[in-house]
Amino acid sequence: MTVVTDRGDSSARRPAPSPAPRRMGGRAGRARLAPLLLVAPFALLLLATVLVPIGYALYLSLFTERLSGLGFSGPEDVFVWLSNYGAVLSDPAFAESVWNVARYALVHVPLMLGAALVLALLLDGAVVWLRQVWSLAVFLPYAVPGVIAGLVWAYLFSPGIGPLNDVLPWDPLGSEGVLPSIVTMATWQWMGYNMIIFYTALRTVPRDVLEAARIDGAGPVRTALSVKVPIIRPTIFVALVFTVIGSLQLFTEPLVLRSFTGSVTSTWTPSLYVYEAAFITNDYGRAAAASLLLALACAVLSALVMRLSTRRSG
Amino acid sequence: MNGAHRNGSRWTSRSAVHVVLVLATLYSVLPLVWLVTSSTKSLGDFSTTGAFELGEWNLGTNVGDLLAEEDGVFLHWAVNSLLYAGVGALLGALICSACGYAIAKLDFPGRRALFAVTLTGVLVPTTALALPLYLLASELRIVDTFWAVFIPLLTNPFGVYLARAYAEAAIPGELLEASRMDGAGELRTFFTVALPLMRPGVVTILLFQFVGIWNNFFLPLVMLTDPKLFPITLGLYQWSSRVTQFPSYTPLVITGSLLAVVPLIVAFVVLQRQWRSGLAAGSVK
Repeated sequence: MTVVTDRGDSSARRPAPSPAPRRMGGRAGRARLAPLLLVAPFALLLLATVLVPIGYALYLSLFTERLSGLGFSGPEDVFVWLSNYGAVLSDPAFAESVWNVARYALVHVPLMLGAALVLALLLDGAVVWLRQVWSLAVFLPYAVPGVIAGLVWAYLFSPGIGPLNDVLPWDPLGSEGVLPSIVTMATWQWMGYNMIIFYTALRTVPRDVLEAARIDGAGPVRTALSVKVPIIRPTIFVALVFTVIGSLQLFTEPLVLRSFTGSVTSTWTPSLYVYEAAFITNDYGRAAAASLLLALACAVLSALVMRLSTRRSG
Repeated sequence: MNGAHRNGSRWTSRSAVHVVLVLATLYSVLPLVWLVTSSTKSLGDFSTTGAFELGEWNLGTNVGDLLAEEDGVFLHWAVNSLLYAGVGALLGALICSACGYAIAKLDFPGRRALFAVTLTGVLVPTTALALPLYLLASELRIVDTFWAVFIPLLTNPFGVYLARAYAEAAIPGELLEASRMDGAGELRTFFTVALPLMRPGVVTILLFQFVGIWNNFFLPLVMLTDPKLFPITLGLYQWSSRVTQFPSYTPLVITGSLLAVVPLIVAFVVLQRQWRSGLAAGSVK
């Protein structure tokens, strides 16, 4: 463990070869120290709560706990190369959790971001009464903690209590209906937040560009699609990255629903799988391997999205 | 004729726009309305009256029951949430602003590397960190203490990213030069010149970090077992998991949820101008 800590430490505070800033006299030392003082608290936090834990997870994922010999001396950590990763990848429960989260993301991401974008364009472009009021109202669910959002919707979905059970075309707490229900909850929570982000970006579109489009005879829809959306593309892609990463980590909503329905298993998403392996089964090696696979998936997907964003605009 | 037709279609499209907005608003607000109406009902009315109707006014009793449950543990949770989120956001926003400012405006060894690592930090899923953080905390013997939740939630890489953008946009280099010429040290320049200029940005970081910590659930779930240390989210989750067996927890969970949500909604409504302009400044890179 100490090895990993040292490695994390040196990589974060690697002395850079760049020349010291040119300053004169005895103040040079102080002037060089000051930026480091401003940076130090965050750098230390980043080191202690992100870099070291990641390194530690890497270490954990390569070991497993086994009873040695006749089991008299208690369990000990054995180096097992990548076999924890193998165990996770060949576990049908993990595959199912990945399948669930993939289906969830495929529906939630385009639905939520699409709705947010349409609403932002309407607020920005159309003649709308009470613009501030609409945008604030749609934004409010963002202020509701995930646990509470989960509880409120769970009650709304519950037969006999909430009205939705009779209205929705799917059985909201049934084994097939739970996925669209979670999409409904998550879209509710994030649509307004992303709408505000998009709307804020749309406000920065130069007015003379819009004027030029109008003179060229472009209608509001045309202007929105071929002038405004391309200009706020970077914002859209950043939102896309965050939404994809957030979707892969889906945890709170299904966990809360577990108290209301048996349709959500204890390993329903990869995050639940990690939680179960780590804190219920206490299989740290497997949990660490699964969590790093999840982190890897996040990294790969966000790199892919960013690649897509630069290629199309280039 | 033509003009009338155009007016007509404009009127239709205008109505269509408002229909869409009304639908989006209903979707967003109705669950919150349900939370309000439900927390005014007794357990009996809860299952017999319509979801959005008011039953007999029972909010006072519900709040009383909530505060009395388990010797007033809900108040502990509220105070804990305020401490985790309030102190955490204040301190976190200051730490982010200092770091973002230094990255934007000062020259120091490792500046680029630090920013690159910070950006990667934004993308690291919290799920991947929970287990190692828990094991590290148990080695430091701080599992099931205030610090196990407080310290990791101070780290806000996205806040640093925003602070850097604000500092770059809002602080003219000449002003810093002038302050240095006056003989002010770098730290003093940060606190007296840079920080006030970054204020809308700092308020935005503070507010969003407050919400982030207030709404956080995974870390307390992993770190805490003593109910006296729980934040509201974890406490309500624990009660909600008993609801199927003990329906009497339902009014407690619902009223508690309402009380947990109201302060945040009020904060967002009151500070509207601040965070809207802060987000705008952050989106202009």
